[in-house]
Amino acid sequence: MIAGLAFYAFAAVLIASAVMVVTSRNPVHSVLYLILAFFNAAALFLIAGAEFLAMILVIVYVGAVAVLFLFVVMMLDIDFVRLRQGFQRYAPIGAVIGGILFLELVFVLGAWQSSGQAPELRLNAMPADVQNTVAIGRVLYTDYVFLFQGAGLVLLVSMIGAIVLTHRDRVQSKRQNIEAQVTRRTQLDMAKVPVGASIGSLGILRPPVPEEKPKVIAHDDDHGHGHGGHH
Amino acid sequence: MTDFLNSPIGVLSLTLAQALALLVPLLIFVAYLTWAERKILGAMQLRKGPNVVGFFGLLQPFADAGKMLMKETIVPAGASRVLFIMAPMLTFSLAMIAWAVIPVNEGWAVADINVGVLYLFAISSLGVYGIIIAGWASNSKYAFLGALRSAAQMVSYEVSMGFVIVTVLLCVGSLNLTDVVLAQKTVWFFIPLFPMFVIFFISTLAETNRAPFDLPEGESELVAGFFVEYSAMTFALFFLGEYANMILMSSLTTILFLGGWLPPFDVAPLNLVPGPVWFILKVCFCLFVFVWVRATFPRYRYDQLMRLGWKVFLPISLIWLVITAGVLKVAGWLPT
Repeated sequence: MIAGLAFYAFAAVLIASAVMVVTSRNPVHSVLYLILAFFNAAALFLIAGAEFLAMILVIVYVGAVAVLFLFVVMMLDIDFVRLRQGFQRYAPIGAVIGGILFLELVFVLGAWQSSGQAPELRLNAMPADVQNTVAIGRVLYTDYVFLFQGAGLVLLVSMIGAIVLTHRDRVQSKRQNIEAQVTRRTQLDMAKVPVGASIGSLGILRPPVPEEKPKVIAHDDDHGHGHGGHH
Repeated sequence: MTDFLNSPIGVLSLTLAQALALLVPLLIFVAYLTWAERKILGAMQLRKGPNVVGFFGLLQPFADAGKMLMKETIVPAGASRVLFIMAPMLTFSLAMIAWAVIPVNEGWAVADINVGVLYLFAISSLGVYGIIIAGWASNSKYAFLGALRSAAQMVSYEVSMGFVIVTVLLCVGSLNLTDVVLAQKTVWFFIPLFPMFVIFFISTLAETNRAPFDLPEGESELVAGFFVEYSAMTFALFFLGEYANMILMSSLTTILFLGGWLPPFDVAPLNLVPGPVWFILKVCFCLFVFVWVRATFPRYRYDQLMRLGWKVFLPISLIWLVITAGVLKVAGWLPT
């Protein structure tokens, strides 16, 4: 009974926050509601006994994707009035797409729940002594290993694409050569000063700086924007 | 008695008692961690540190807490009120709920769940929200800059931390924290996985926003970073959350690499000492190193921080992960 109550509580919050994602005026609030929705979805996974999926959902979506989302949305300079302008015009299209998705869900769940071959459609229950995580690993890395690798390759390609697109126009981007910075010789030298002795009495004071400063050798290549070592 | 404990009210009150038994000592630990930090920093900088309130300044944390309670909470004009108040509460409660899965001794965890490592990783990756929300809701440039820095920093270092955790999990074969500790009966993991141990420790420094990675606060450039606008209890909650997170990360290091509650050698005088004592000693050692690092190193520059995370730690941890997997497979040590 407690599980049922918890399910309805989480599901209600999930739907409410999903509605708020679409309707709230401030985009930052929308993202925060989205995070709340992710959380409740994770809780539903937990109730269904899929603890691994729940944790991965939180780590990947809440811990990484939504952070970047929030990051971008906070930095955007959004005109809220203009954002709402097309709402009336696009609302029917959105409603149609939503309706189609809803019907598809109904068909899938209906077939899964009440069709004649329902028991065969469902995956076999896993043996009691096998953990959820182990069970996923067994299926994912044996039966579906090529699909899994393929998904990884798609992600790799998109990642490289994003990097290339970002760096294409930035020939003049500021770079630092850390090695050159670290190995750069300056005129500073460490001196061991005994306790109580003044620096003047040791004769290690630097000679007065000549007018023409000798050029420091180990600059990184000359971009003309300084070498980043001073700040 | 057992009937009562099995009834819903009994289960609820038992859970409540367990949570209190964990959280009350934890909060006292946090209070004395702030005291110990000031004492150690004082000793390292040839000062005395707090020494006025109580013997050796032992009552200083409580005097500070009293001061924080008395002060007025100020919400700046133009701040997003609800989020402004919510952010410190989020930081603090996230630092607390992670403790549910930490096993201080065999079977002593409040919740001994199968995906304990993932739970901890998930909770620690949520810590960034308290900071981002605080920075955004304050409606202040400094706070916002601090929040942005912290978001980028925590996301970057989580990646290499994840790979380090995967390496450890390869050697354990389970996501359960108790199993992780028990797998270290023969040798603590920091010996075979020493480079990973170093990377993990440095990443925890970055993850808890501690020196030399305390750029989100960066008092010399950003005043106090994301919590400039906070005062009184809201500030105290951030403060408590940061220190509770330090203890959490230290105990995660202890569990993953330093053998949890296990004694260094399983011989007579050492294995008579109860497990929690070993656990607390190891956590204290990690915390001492945290403070030691703070007293020793200057703050990183922001680009250096990003370079270290993405160009140094990530490749090393990735390569070491592949090497570990290969060695385990070839030598046949792969746990089933």
